[in-house]
Amino acid sequence: MAGTTTTATLPSASASAGKRSQRNVRTLPLIAPSVILLFLWMIVPLAMTLWFSFQYYNLLDPSVGGFAGFENYTFLLTDPSLWTAMANTLFLVFWVLVITVGFGTLLAVLFDQEFYGRSIARLLAIAPFFVMPTVSALVWKNMLMHPVNGLFAFFARSLGLPAIDFFGSFPLTSVIIIVAWQWLPFALLILLTAIQSLDSEQKEAARMDGAGPFAMFFFIILPHLGRAISVVIMIETIFLLSVFAEIYVTTSGGPGLASTNLAFLIYLRALREYDVGGASAAGVIAVILANIVAIFLVRSIAKNIAD
Amino acid sequence: MHPKTRDKLIYTLVGWLAAGVIFFPIFWMVLTSFKTEVEAIATPPKLFFTPTLENYVTVRERADYVHFALNSIIISVGATFLATLIAVPAAYAMAFFPGKRTKDLLLWMLSTKMMPAVGVLIPIYLLFRDTGAIDTRWGLIVVYTLMNLPIVVWMLYTFFKEVPKDILEAGRMDGAKPKQEVWMLLMPLSLPGIASTALLSIILCWNEAFWSLNLTTSQAAPLTTFIASFSAPEGLFWAKLSAASTIAIAPILVFGWMSQRQLVRGLTFGAVK
Repeated sequence: MAGTTTTATLPSASASAGKRSQRNVRTLPLIAPSVILLFLWMIVPLAMTLWFSFQYYNLLDPSVGGFAGFENYTFLLTDPSLWTAMANTLFLVFWVLVITVGFGTLLAVLFDQEFYGRSIARLLAIAPFFVMPTVSALVWKNMLMHPVNGLFAFFARSLGLPAIDFFGSFPLTSVIIIVAWQWLPFALLILLTAIQSLDSEQKEAARMDGAGPFAMFFFIILPHLGRAISVVIMIETIFLLSVFAEIYVTTSGGPGLASTNLAFLIYLRALREYDVGGASAAGVIAVILANIVAIFLVRSIAKNIAD
Repeated sequence: MHPKTRDKLIYTLVGWLAAGVIFFPIFWMVLTSFKTEVEAIATPPKLFFTPTLENYVTVRERADYVHFALNSIIISVGATFLATLIAVPAAYAMAFFPGKRTKDLLLWMLSTKMMPAVGVLIPIYLLFRDTGAIDTRWGLIVVYTLMNLPIVVWMLYTFFKEVPKDILEAGRMDGAKPKQEVWMLLMPLSLPGIASTALLSIILCWNEAFWSLNLTTSQAAPLTTFIASFSAPEGLFWAKLSAASTIAIAPILVFGWMSQRQLVRGLTFGAVK
């Protein structure tokens, strides 16, 4: 590595300053480490996952082996648990998106207004995003949603209602609430940044023309936010497709498979059942799912780099 | 009352109410950390009580907490340092000597970040098992370095682009060698950018819970894994869990509040300005 750098930087000492900015050769040794490492980190393991998905491979049973063809896939695709996990994944992504983008937009508009102590209130509102997932999941599970000692149970009882057993009766919904709480600040932060880039003259002009708060929201703010909202949706989707820690510490995917998403199913298959082939096939499906979103996201980022 | 003042008061009320509701779980956790274990699970819940520091003392005295916190610090800082070290040359080259493929390269790097980690869980787990990297700090440092590398390259790239080219040009005229140019001119000029990049990277490492839960058990386990061990139903020590959690999230909360703006830049890959 050192050798390449020296030979490559040699001409720069003799060449004139004007010429330097045109050369591209020298950038190679600077960029190469990042590219090579990322290649090794993503493409190689991905290729391995793809390879495993066509193999019989069980960590506990060395006698099982060899080329499996599409058998892992046919087994997986005819297994109802995959479809349950898939449905749970999409259900979770959809509802977290609805909650975070919906409330995020309203809160962004709210925090765009002048009011007393706004910056402190905003700090409090974005705080959940910085709480590690295992902490937020446990705080919700134990202190808020616990059916006996939780705060929600206390509220329910004081209203004369039966306490809700959140993780027993509504496991997936409970996970959705926790994940939405964590991601709401993200949507708020991004959308607030976007709103603040809105031209104040444009807002003023609309107000002069007699636009009320509702007309203002639907015809000025919302169209302006369109791009930011789509970015929030795409980025959140990519992360939400593989929610893991929140499920791991609250429900462990149960009861049954009620709160198992694709990420958790892969984890169960691979590290609990040691079925590498089957888990890899599910991994390939997860990658394909994320890539559908990623293509759109990359396209919209590309547009902005060009600016 | 003047309608403008009235509006402002209404916004103040609604704004604080919303912030209060969102922040409440964190507030409740911090409050619980000052209760005794009996008060922590009392029904009706106690809002007023004599605060005690007992939980913090217990948590601090338990050597293993210090061990996990130390792991978190070493792993986050180590991975951030490595990622920055690898990313600076790449970001420098792409920002100041862009070629035809620079944009594609940048997009490719970002797209690796969009790969779901579960897609590569199995090969990484097996590689770690075979090389003895499971439950080691360096193993997790390597994973986190690579996990954050695209974001670090990307953020540094955007910060470097804002450095006026004339200054570097002038330095070159005065005979600064490329290495000097980077270390004596570019780095000091973009220090705020580098700092906020490092901050974001530390936040992401500190809170990462997929790889830490799957690749560590005890020796190298960071706080995310340690806190997860409280999920066992027989180990319900809410006050102690709260104290441990409060210490675990406090530094990151401060970092996060400090770097809000840069966060938007880093997390949306510049798609929202």
